[in-house]
Amino acid sequence: MIRILLILMFCATTAHAVEPDEILSDPALEARARAISADLRCVVCQNEPIDTSNAGVARDLRLLVRERLVAGDTDKQVFDYVVARYGDYVLFRPPWKPTTFALWLTPIALAILGMLSVLLILSRSSKGFATIEVLSLEEEAQLSEITKTKENRDT
Amino acid sequence: MKKFLPILPLCAAIGIGVAGWWGLNPDRDPGAIPSVLIDKPVPEFELASIAGTSTPGLKTQDLLENQEPILVNVFASWCVPCRAEHAVLARMVREENLNLVGINYKDKPATAAKWLAELGNPYRRIGSDETGRAGIEWGISGVPETFIVGPGGKVVFRYVGPISSDAAIGKIREALAAARADKP
Repeated sequence: MIRILLILMFCATTAHAVEPDEILSDPALEARARAISADLRCVVCQNEPIDTSNAGVARDLRLLVRERLVAGDTDKQVFDYVVARYGDYVLFRPPWKPTTFALWLTPIALAILGMLSVLLILSRSSKGFATIEVLSLEEEAQLSEITKTKENRDT
Repeated sequence: MKKFLPILPLCAAIGIGVAGWWGLNPDRDPGAIPSVLIDKPVPEFELASIAGTSTPGLKTQDLLENQEPILVNVFASWCVPCRAEHAVLARMVREENLNLVGINYKDKPATAAKWLAELGNPYRRIGSDETGRAGIEWGISGVPETFIVGPGGKVVFRYVGPISSDAAIGKIREALAAARADKP
């Protein structure tokens, strides 16, 4: 029970995981570091970016990101550096490459499939309401028969 | 088109069944992150020995010229499961002539030395990774974690968690046998 409470207590503070001693003196670099670490997944508490994670590895990675930026890396180089060690898994925005084609294309394919089936259903049901311009002689006769019986009944 | 309509529910049921069979498989760990190191050379790192011990440190070169597979075990004295794993690894070294080296992850040298003195030291080499930087080079997410380096310094296997259950030991033995069979 105490353990659960302790864990909950730590969870409550996760919004501010970046510790004061990590923050760079250069605000521009710090802003880039924040943006990069918001897009990197923590490998311990997955689904949480390293920016807000309290895990030890997340802190190490935050420091590493800042170290690379200070060393003059571009944002892409920093991402590549982390991906080289932890794989594409740490990216919250997966790259576009053969192994991720299914990931990116499946939603689009499903959306197209859905739209096509809706269109198909709509076009089919509208066929049922097709208007007829001219009645055949036989139909005219039938119609006048019907109206006649109706008039007779009404009067 | 009309012909396929009656079997559509069957197809949907099969689809859901396959997804469930895959997704609910108790052996599948949805949190497992595949290591990028598999089939890649050992990462570049160089670690000094733990102060106060006579075991030499560990660096990339130590893992390159091996004929037999090497087990690289990432451990720490503050890690409780490591204690259970330590007994298993020590026995494997004793009985199965296992080639074991260690990376002491984010540990104080004094506590690590005491831990090893208390439990015994089955490691041929131990690198002291006080900053955790070598851990990042190996792409670890925590301790314990174990890698198998095959002949020629190629990483062939990674295991996350303690090697203490029979299932875990089985996986390690299997991977070791595969690494032994795969001689260059």
